[in-house]
Amino acid sequence: MIFNSIQRKLLQDKAVRTILLGAASTSILIVVLIFLFLGKEAVPFISKPGISALWDSRWIPVSFQEQRYGILPLLSGSLLVTFLATIFMIPFGVISAIYLSEVAVKSEREILKPFIELLAGIPSVIIGFFGLVVLGPVIKSVFGLQTGLNALTGALLLALMAIPTVISISEDALRNVPRSYKEASLALGASKIQTIWRIVVPAGLPGIIAAIMLGMGRVIGETMVVLMVTGNAAIMTLNPLDSVRTMTATIAAEMGEVAFGSSHYAALFWVGIFLLLITLGLNIIAQRVLRKYQMV
Amino acid sequence: MNAFRQNHTTIQDTVIRWSMRFFTYAIVLGVGYILFDIIVKGIPAINWEFLTGFPRRGGSEGGILPAILGTTYLILGSIGVALPLGMASALYLSEYASQGRLNRMIRLAIITLAGVPSIVFGLFGLGMFVLFFDFGTSILSGSLTLAFMILPTIIVSSEEALRAVPQALREGSLALGATRWQTIYKNVLPYALPGMFTGSILGIGRAAGETAPILLTVAAFYLPILPTSIFDQVMALPYHLYILATQHPDTQKVLPLQYGTALVLLFLVTGFNLIAIFLRMRFRKKYKW
Amino acid sequence: MVMSPQTPTKIETLGLEVFYDTQQALFGIDTVIPSNQVTALIGPSGCGKSTYLRSLNRMNDIIENTQVKGIVKIDGTDIYTNGTDLADLRRRVGMVFQKSNPFPKSIYENVVYGPKIHGVKDRQTLDELVETSLIGAGLWSEVKDRLDKSALELSGGQQQRLCIARALAVEPEILLMDEPASALDPKSTARIEDLIGELRVNYTIVIVTHNMQQAARVSDFTAFFYEGHLIEFGDTQTIFTKPLNQQTEDYITGRFG
Repeated sequence: MIFNSIQRKLLQDKAVRTILLGAASTSILIVVLIFLFLGKEAVPFISKPGISALWDSRWIPVSFQEQRYGILPLLSGSLLVTFLATIFMIPFGVISAIYLSEVAVKSEREILKPFIELLAGIPSVIIGFFGLVVLGPVIKSVFGLQTGLNALTGALLLALMAIPTVISISEDALRNVPRSYKEASLALGASKIQTIWRIVVPAGLPGIIAAIMLGMGRVIGETMVVLMVTGNAAIMTLNPLDSVRTMTATIAAEMGEVAFGSSHYAALFWVGIFLLLITLGLNIIAQRVLRKYQMV
Repeated sequence: MNAFRQNHTTIQDTVIRWSMRFFTYAIVLGVGYILFDIIVKGIPAINWEFLTGFPRRGGSEGGILPAILGTTYLILGSIGVALPLGMASALYLSEYASQGRLNRMIRLAIITLAGVPSIVFGLFGLGMFVLFFDFGTSILSGSLTLAFMILPTIIVSSEEALRAVPQALREGSLALGATRWQTIYKNVLPYALPGMFTGSILGIGRAAGETAPILLTVAAFYLPILPTSIFDQVMALPYHLYILATQHPDTQKVLPLQYGTALVLLFLVTGFNLIAIFLRMRFRKKYKW
Repeated sequence: MVMSPQTPTKIETLGLEVFYDTQQALFGIDTVIPSNQVTALIGPSGCGKSTYLRSLNRMNDIIENTQVKGIVKIDGTDIYTNGTDLADLRRRVGMVFQKSNPFPKSIYENVVYGPKIHGVKDRQTLDELVETSLIGAGLWSEVKDRLDKSALELSGGQQQRLCIARALAVEPEILLMDEPASALDPKSTARIEDLIGELRVNYTIVIVTHNMQQAARVSDFTAFFYEGHLIEFGDTQTIFTKPLNQQTEDYITGRFG
């Protein structure tokens, strides 16, 4: 059969489609590979010293007497820092989103929005550096501490970093609130501010909650700021002025000096797996909330 | 019934309005102060030698040229992989995909990737590129790791750019008998490409500024020579700043260098982001469908 | 009914002009809306009747780049002065929209929203207001046992009556209705029309409608708008049987619009 030009074009079309499909499928491949390779390096830990070693309140992987691979202090550090960051992130992030979306005038928004985007783009190592040389000493003198490198300092900076995410998603949620609700409220004699806080915000609440969760996901997954600023003491504490160690910082700090194939090495990969599961879990819940809300 | 008092909320409203302003502008102030601090304390360290010289004495003196170059190579390497891959994926999702199961899985994968912490990418890069493929800690390992990390960003922004092209353009072309690919190539891509590139610039910004992924896969601290192949280690700006700030013994002496490095990195990343923001504004106005 | 010099006037507009950006939507409108009567506004799409309606409770203010010139008086007082209490104006001049827009809250919460905004706190007062308003809107018997259920679960016709109840709850003097039944089925439409007849006793009603039979059925007075101008105004009977203006007659007999 002689291929005429139409058939050639169709063949070309099919070829292109296959290539593009292949490209798109690499995303799935990468996700699978991530789990695969994390698992591969972590598996040896199951036989020696065994998974239950992770359930320990002490993380002392390098020791002459007895190594401890308890993930609990690292988990506790991550949770404490995340919790504190969330406390700051919610009021500043949500209220700013409401202000930008409902109250600010156009010219104001056009200056503020790029500023927020700039913030989102500042590399974490620079924020960490700022914490190290400026914020840390300030916290130290304000609270009269030995060192300003603690959970609180980290939390403040992490909140700052997560706020653009919270603002962006919250704004989307608020924008999706039907205009008709606002009109009905105004027609009844309510003021703009009353309308915002009694009608718009409650209607957009699911999206705002999702935004906060996504912000929390960013905070838990952040490495450099906590590495440089939270003090790196693997203890379990609820005191924000204590130095703590997060899961992310542990991996970053210790992976460079660990012996390949050792239990310590595998333990670090377990920390990575835990971290991944937690962040993914948060993201999945947030996406569920967003999807359910958009269907309403 | 005269139970109605008047809705005198003006004072209340004003208080609320100003409280909201406070929260919003507090953030602006915070960001502004950080930028101000880095710029003001970084500028004194910037001079020709700093930007073009090599580090000496273990990094406490000299310049940061290798770090600047290293970051540049990493940017080029990661974009070289992520851009074509991401644009192709976006093309598929936007132009060819149906609502089938495979496509939902692809989208789920992209969202999942977007949520993976950067240090986990570092672990992945270590396990797969450095160890399994035996590339060692190298530009190659680092670029590939960074590429996978910024892939979701590129896909999402490219898809946005593609979706912004009106459906009518596609329908008109198809109605004339063109194939899908011809339609895309002639009628969609030309209009979407600017937006796609703009989105990629944001990806570049991320690749340039991330430390965690390159920590484990490529970065060296004191490497006063330039890399000769992609299998070499390399210095990089974010890593350089990190080490200078946390592990150098003589912190007082290197403080200006720290600020200088921070400023260069900030300038680079912010520069990319501002260009992207600016371009996006311009393209939105130009292609006002 | 014919208007006489003794007919009390509720609303009066003098030279009312409205601009959306640079486009003029209303040209020099002079009207007199009598109290406790139903006045219908008819005319083809885009003739300005909704714009006119929204000028009466200053809902045009919330659209960006609108300009209003002229005088609008309610009970003899111009509502476009700087000293006007907007909140009170919108309480006294209630509005029902074309597409019903109950809040995503319970039926009870919807109705008490207005009173709460205007300072009513006492639970018993609120309960009474809810009952009165829902009775007035003809919805009470259908919802009295499920006041805490979401308003969005009601049918279209019920939602619209809920919106009417919501407007009634702040005890307005005037009710503005923008095509209140256009999205409803004939049965619900008939109920709304009956309701309008009952409400007329206590309120001044201005209703925009594209349905001329509805205007003829329901209103005492009719105003015909065309391309931003008020062409004719008079009692409904006269307008529909012996209109003074040729354009009015053309529209009513269906020659255009």
